[in-house]
Amino acid sequence: MKITMTLLAASALALSAGASLADGHERIEIDGVELILAAPAPDYVEHLDKVMSGWLFRSAETQALELDDFDNPAFVFIDKGIDLFNEVDGSEGKSCASCHEDVAEFAGLRASMPRVVDGKVQTMEDIVNDMRVNYMGAEPWKWSGGEMTSVVGLISLQSRGMPVDVKIDGDAAPFWERGKELYYTRVGQLDMACANCHEDNFGKMIRADRLSQGQINGFPTYRLKNAKLNSIHGRFKGCMKNIRAKPFKEGSEEFRALELYLASRGAGLSVESPSVRN
Amino acid sequence: MKHTSVMLASFLLAGAASAAEVAPQEVAFQDGSVLQSLTGVAGDAENGRKVFLNRKKGNCLACHANSDMEDQPFHGEIGPSLDHVADRMDEAHLRGMLVNSKMTFDGTIMPAFYRADGFVRPLDKFKGKTILSAQEVEDVVAYLLTLKE
Ligand code: HEC
Ligand code: HEC
Repeated sequence: MKITMTLLAASALALSAGASLADGHERIEIDGVELILAAPAPDYVEHLDKVMSGWLFRSAETQALELDDFDNPAFVFIDKGIDLFNEVDGSEGKSCASCHEDVAEFAGLRASMPRVVDGKVQTMEDIVNDMRVNYMGAEPWKWSGGEMTSVVGLISLQSRGMPVDVKIDGDAAPFWERGKELYYTRVGQLDMACANCHEDNFGKMIRADRLSQGQINGFPTYRLKNAKLNSIHGRFKGCMKNIRAKPFKEGSEEFRALELYLASRGAGLSVESPSVRN
Repeated sequence: MKHTSVMLASFLLAGAASAAEVAPQEVAFQDGSVLQSLTGVAGDAENGRKVFLNRKKGNCLACHANSDMEDQPFHGEIGPSLDHVADRMDEAHLRGMLVNSKMTFDGTIMPAFYRADGFVRPLDKFKGKTILSAQEVEDVVAYLLTLKE
């Protein structure tokens, strides 16, 4: 078992250095679950042949941390998520578990998020806060706070290994178009778009960091840099600040649209939450 | 005593720089080159080297390798190596690249270091500001001119 994992990891590493399986997929295995970390790009991703998880761009040491849940520092927060899931809070005397006996019932949810509900992009954070406010009579959690990222991480973990598959047509189409526009719009004093780094230059070093495709299949992500789980919108904010742009707010219409668009750019990759990055 | 002379020196520098300084929106380009010095004050290559390295200023190493800075870890791979760049570009063209490289390379990822407006959603603290001052541009140009075979 352990040997298989190491072998798989080693071959993935070799692959990330250039080679490719005949079917264009690259795989790893975590806790007996197979994860696809590179796949042929969907045709609406015009400038990429292959979509690739951020894992493939990290150092061997960082990669290794994710291959075993005992080594993966994110699991401290997943455990906290389990406690919070079972903890009664709010005026109704309920916990998440009062209505959802087994968190495993959420298998598949993360793979299809975000989605458009009642003319608005709904994220996992919205679902959690909707439960808290409307069913538990509890205070909403902060978008990127420790409680939220822990519970979002726990729910996302239930979909680990499942292919990202978000709906982008029908009522989702205008939001997807808006997200695409934002992805290609240059912002900030450094005047760069997401695409300048994550589409035009992925695989290259930008000082000490190797640029990935900026995929979101691994979120929430444990970052060695800040030793906590990080939300998708939190990461968007960070990248915007780095190019000296005024970030949109977490939960803003813009970040929701961007999240939908980015999720669609990772179609075919496995849900990898909770991933480990630097 | 030491203190006074440093203060005087920086006062004089600042005074000299603003007198003849070309404002960002007034820089004249000719095929990507900027012929006229932005300040009329000769560039200081030694300071230019510091500005090149400084992550809050040029941060040029983020994208460019430079053998002259071999002691520094992590040279970027996004732009070409700047080894012997002065053999490929003259002073006016290097100045043009720093002021606004989009005048040479349409759609480049390289930031314009002496442009103050026309940005979308700049952070408030950078609004209306250039990344480098006019003299810092001249200093980096002077440094780049030392990168010769
Ligand atoms: C100046 C370059 C640059 C720009 C522009 C940029 N990023 Fe990033 N981004 C990085 C770096 C460096 C990292 C960390 C290494 C990596 O994963 O690519 C990163 C990481 C990410 C990640 C995490 C990927 C993972 O696997 O954990 C996401 C998501 C992301 N960026 C999205 C965006 C979005 C959305 C935009 C535009 C709003 C953007 N980035 C603009 C440099 C940039
Ligand atoms: C975010 C990336 C980035 C940063 C930061 C950056 N550059 Fe560049 N630079 C490039 C790219 C990319 C090119 C090649 C032009 C192109 O194809 O877009 C380039 C080209 C150049 C060239 C022309 C080299 C040649 O041989 O044609 C010079 C000179 C240059 N850069 C100097 C600098 C200096 C000096 C700084 C810092 C003050 C700097 N660059 C910062 C990305 C960058």
